[in-house]
Amino acid sequence: MKFSHFAAASAASVIALSSHAAAQTQIDWWHAMGGELGEKTEALATAFNATQSEFVVVPSYRGSYAETMTGAIAAFRAGEQPDIVQVFEVGTGTMMAAQGAIVPVYQLMANAGVDFDPSAFLPAVVGYYTDPEGNMLSMPFNSSTPILYYNRNIFEAAGLDPNTPPTTWAEVEEFSRQIVSSGAAECGFTSRWVSWAQLENFSAWHNQPIGTLQNGFGGLETELTFNGPVQVRHWENLARWEDEGLYRYAGPGGGNDAGPAFYSQTCGILMESSAGRAGVMANATDFEVGIGMLPYYDDVDGAPQNTIIGGATLWVLSGGSEEEQRGVAEFFNFLSSPEVQAQWHQDTGYLPITQAAYELSQAQGYYEANPGADTSIRQMTLNEPTENSRGLRFGNYVQIRTVIDEEFERLLSGAVDAQGALDAVVERGNALIREFEDANG
Amino acid sequence: MQTKRTIFGNKGLPYLLLAPQLIITGIFFLWPAAQAVRQSFLREDAFGLNFTFVGLRNYERLLDSPEYLNAIKVTVIFSISTVILALGVSLVLALAVDRMIRSGRAYTTLLVWPYAVAPAVAGILWWFIFNPTIGIMPYVLETFFGYDWNHLLTPSDAMILVVVAAAWKQISYNFLFFVAGLQSIPNSLREAAAIDGAGPFKRFWTITLPLLSPTTFFLLVVNIVYTLFETFAVIDATTEGGPAQATNILVYKVFRDGFVGLNFGSSAAQSVILMGLVIVLTFVQFRFVERRVTY
Repeated sequence: MKFSHFAAASAASVIALSSHAAAQTQIDWWHAMGGELGEKTEALATAFNATQSEFVVVPSYRGSYAETMTGAIAAFRAGEQPDIVQVFEVGTGTMMAAQGAIVPVYQLMANAGVDFDPSAFLPAVVGYYTDPEGNMLSMPFNSSTPILYYNRNIFEAAGLDPNTPPTTWAEVEEFSRQIVSSGAAECGFTSRWVSWAQLENFSAWHNQPIGTLQNGFGGLETELTFNGPVQVRHWENLARWEDEGLYRYAGPGGGNDAGPAFYSQTCGILMESSAGRAGVMANATDFEVGIGMLPYYDDVDGAPQNTIIGGATLWVLSGGSEEEQRGVAEFFNFLSSPEVQAQWHQDTGYLPITQAAYELSQAQGYYEANPGADTSIRQMTLNEPTENSRGLRFGNYVQIRTVIDEEFERLLSGAVDAQGALDAVVERGNALIREFEDANG
Repeated sequence: MQTKRTIFGNKGLPYLLLAPQLIITGIFFLWPAAQAVRQSFLREDAFGLNFTFVGLRNYERLLDSPEYLNAIKVTVIFSISTVILALGVSLVLALAVDRMIRSGRAYTTLLVWPYAVAPAVAGILWWFIFNPTIGIMPYVLETFFGYDWNHLLTPSDAMILVVVAAAWKQISYNFLFFVAGLQSIPNSLREAAAIDGAGPFKRFWTITLPLLSPTTFFLLVVNIVYTLFETFAVIDATTEGGPAQATNILVYKVFRDGFVGLNFGSSAAQSVILMGLVIVLTFVQFRFVERRVTY
């Protein structure tokens, strides 16, 4: 009895909802934010829908970044694509090359006549997603950069100053040695996202090129070059530190074991995305967390430069009606407003994408209340980006990331030395880039 | 003796009755297979905006690629180990249960349970148990045997992990069939052999095993197909093909290249090769191996 009541009521509400929605233009938004981030993402759509009655944004969770992207591509091939899809940064090369399939954001805004000022955005974020002429191609939604977290209690137990995170790799080694030898923890440091944190960001942070043609921004004919002496030296060290037990490898891709190793106080230092901050704080129940910038080698000229971002942007797929595109433009405008951005930034740890949102967060006293929360922004904007530190853009980069993980694993298992591993990454990576050039050229 | 044939007047009726099955086969099996064959000759961008016919280039690239040859090697090792482990353990368990008189039924029920666990869940379970940081097994191995388990770095550890996880999943299934097979062997044969002075091992090798061979053969086919095509979830949940492709089996590589790498041409070519492999395998097994099986 109760059940049928409920069913009838929900059926009625579905009918009411759909007839209500029919009067509005529906905008489909596919995203890859699960769990708590997913709720925050859906809340953004709800908030936008409440501000106006012309459009209704319908977000739907489509799994991991890779699944969301391939899902949207498959849908496009079948002519059933959503209006907006969230694509991770390494998919940028693929999306950019698909010229008939996407509507660049700058064009979308111009077509819809929405007042839109590209210079309001943080250059370090937006630079990653512009074409060589400086036009914005996709809407930065969630961008982050890797930073350093450390366990203050372990530092104290090891006889280190709990208020001083290591700033150079020499200090990371020294501190780790002290942590391990004093018995304060089993391992010194661990890292998530080896390719992103210990190769791509490492290169930018030391102002070393990742590839030719401004890290691939200049065109499809680019080649990888991150097998230089600075990177080789770092990988050599990582392999040695892993061997000595100072560093713990946490798996390919995201390095899923790094978080648990830090939370269980097995490792004293963690390198992880700034967007992981909420998660780190929530899991660090038995100890105090400190935050610092990524370490660097102080004898390398130009280090520290600035770090680059990761995360995802929103791409507009072609094929939507004029009304839908106008709705998307309005929605993007809403997303980049200072209040919405500041809230999103503070809730999630992702970077604010506009200067105004950053300033608003400052004015609200957010950074005083949450020390370390602005480390990511300071680190990203430490210096004017150079050709080596604006970002990277290569075709087939999703696969190249896998190659990086594989060669790193071969290095750690002793099958190859650091130079050999990075040379192999470059060789295999370049083959993938050539394949992409063939298919898209 | 000749069987009496029934003659149906309506020529269309048999086709009509077959139609649902044919349509389903056509839509869900033949059409996608044809698509894969077509795609394997093309090179296209991810969105399918433009494509070029490249003939056998996708296949040539595959056979030239050390990664693909490695995947073949890994698959052979993985399949053989998993099949041997899954068949061996389940046979031992079935023999044990077969000797029990009263408690056999209870043990059977307990041993069948793992089959109800979804492959992805099983994968996560093994991921937890063997996790080098938080898992119980590495801890036990380190403490009691001094072995430093790390399947994130050591290829052989990773292979052992996926073989154990994949076999575990299949043991229940094999076990059930073995139990049924054992029960259909007449006790009188074994008793006669026992009276003639044959010991338990002699009886097993000369009577039980040969009489069990139809079951074993059937399970062999099912298990090989299982290791080749249905172990995707186990691999994805535990090692994701790593470290350095040490557990990247053929079917997982199809997924990685196609769905993660968006290289549809190569992925399609790999599917076509796998399809050919299944056809050959089935043919060989039913044509040649079955003849030698004692019934």
